[in-house]
Amino acid sequence: MPEVLKAPLVVEFPFTRSLGPVQSAFLTGLRERVLLGVKTGDGRTLVPPVEYDPVTAEEIHDLVEVAPTGTVTTWAWNHAPRRGQPLDTPFAWVLVRLDGADTALLHALDAAGPDAVHSGLRVRVRWAAQRSGAITDIACFEPYDSGDDAAAEPTGHDGRFADPVTGIVAPARLDYVYSPGRAQSAHLDALAEQRTVGERCPSCRKVYVPPRGACPTCGVATSEAVEVGPRGTVTTYCIVNIKAKNLDIEVPYVYAHIALDGADLALHGRIGGIPYDQVRMGLRVEPVWTDGGRHPDHYRPTGEPDADYETYKELL
Amino acid sequence: MTREIAVVAFGQTDHRRTSDELSEVEMLIPVLHDVLGQAGLKTGDIGFTCSGSTDYLAGRAFSFTMALDGVGAWPPISESHVEMDGAWALYEAWTKLLTGDADTALVYAYGKSSPGSVRDVLTRQLDPYYVAPLWPDSVALAALQAQALIDAGHADEPALAGVAARSRASAATNSHAQLSGSVPQGDYVVRPLRTGDCPPVGDGAAAVVLAAGDRARRLCARPAWIRGIDHRIEAHALGVRDLTDSPSTRLAAEKAGVFERPVDTAELYAPFTSQEVVLRRALRLDDRVTVNPSGGALAANPIMAAGLIRIGEAAARIHRGESDRALAHATSGPCLQQNLVALLEGDPR
Repeated sequence: MPEVLKAPLVVEFPFTRSLGPVQSAFLTGLRERVLLGVKTGDGRTLVPPVEYDPVTAEEIHDLVEVAPTGTVTTWAWNHAPRRGQPLDTPFAWVLVRLDGADTALLHALDAAGPDAVHSGLRVRVRWAAQRSGAITDIACFEPYDSGDDAAAEPTGHDGRFADPVTGIVAPARLDYVYSPGRAQSAHLDALAEQRTVGERCPSCRKVYVPPRGACPTCGVATSEAVEVGPRGTVTTYCIVNIKAKNLDIEVPYVYAHIALDGADLALHGRIGGIPYDQVRMGLRVEPVWTDGGRHPDHYRPTGEPDADYETYKELL
Repeated sequence: MTREIAVVAFGQTDHRRTSDELSEVEMLIPVLHDVLGQAGLKTGDIGFTCSGSTDYLAGRAFSFTMALDGVGAWPPISESHVEMDGAWALYEAWTKLLTGDADTALVYAYGKSSPGSVRDVLTRQLDPYYVAPLWPDSVALAALQAQALIDAGHADEPALAGVAARSRASAATNSHAQLSGSVPQGDYVVRPLRTGDCPPVGDGAAAVVLAAGDRARRLCARPAWIRGIDHRIEAHALGVRDLTDSPSTRLAAEKAGVFERPVDTAELYAPFTSQEVVLRRALRLDDRVTVNPSGGALAANPIMAAGLIRIGEAAARIHRGESDRALAHATSGPCLQQNLVALLEGDPR
């Protein structure tokens, strides 16, 4: 079996999220170095605050300021920080119950080592130098001795701000190494030799291209390789009038379904070498390969007479 | 409940660290044919099909549609998908059979963790406002729970190592397992959890066939009747919950009827050793119950299939006559956030 094909695949997206009134107040507060919780009907204070009581599902919105100091309720030592985490030096993940709160907030604790951390440890917020209204405005927590001077007391802030944050942008990136599997790898390997190879279903005898290793009609594995084309017939098409970003093709151009000779499924490709408004169903085409290309760049007319509709109507 | 519904067949892949040479559908097809063969059915005979998987493992949108080629979806079939563990797909199929709309169902689930980093991938299921921007990985969150358990006196590191050792020893008789036998407890991944406390990262798939009433009796010598099944969720904010307990699991078990009589077997989806301690307490399991005879998720943890495998393993013990009344549990989300409990019984012998 040939070597398994692999390629890096990066999925990256800046998620733009709007905030409700409670989340807006909390994150705006972080920007202003104010920590806010929300009161539940039974008098508990939730930090971080939510819009609905997790017990009663009642809508809640009474904001109350809590202290930037608190107590670790549980922790875990992270000796090998990962991308995106709050600190790039070893740190403890902590749940911290801030003074005045009844629930705990997840964040990082900057400490000398695991021996310096325990549940019950007193900690305080270390603010980020640049703050925008996000959970990362808390750079991390740090151990705090009540003999220290610099822990600010709550000022009784009511959670109303002149310039509230109404949304966040949360960038997310995940890295993968994509492998296409046996059937598609074989197809891609053949394409590198300018051959188009599909697979035949052992049950219904249809030839699928590109093959995915299964017959969707019979639900059985396919494995018999069948070379198809190189010529084929346009079964249907559309004219693309809007240029896609980063696409180096002049519009308008034709994008078509092409039934390669010997295949029982049409694949798709671009039609070139003919004015866009002369492409038609039944047009006979052949692939055009460019130097070093791993797949046909486009398909062009062969000059043969058009195929009879009856020969490709099942492949539309 | 007006209709009796049973698991009549169960199959799974060998679970492996990587399966580069197989696409998802290529990995799945042998398992689908295995369970259909056990039940003596063809793809076209199935009344309802439901699957569980997630795009975040594949890194592709609508990735489950590619796997549909494996079930013969032409001519059109009655089909559904949950972006969750296959245990929840089974729940949907069970309700479908309860309505009488179908007599048989094929439920499958698969996950390939090898293309990405599952610790990072799972951060994307967290609260996107307060938690996900900090990228706390799945081991870190489980470690917070483990420390809470240790602080509460419910476990210590040797006890957790004991769970790991027992699980991998049990897996020695499970030919599908990825990790079995004697496995070093290893170094800390995120303290207090060591490599031995964590599940292996791997690829795999599983499938079951459900059938109702007399149909089940015809397809299987000893059907595993689903006497009850229920799933519950807890507050998403970790700091609101008592991480040493799992009230959602207990409530689901109560609604499924688990506490009415003792069970002899429990297949628990506890990816981390500490979570087995939490679940045993929540479910009031004592030493008379055989817990995770398959080795559980510490032996093989194909994400999205591992919960369905717990139901399948419990059912297979009933099929083989090794159990009469078994509990199966599935979980999803950080620190046992969502929990499903199924109660399976064999006919009296």
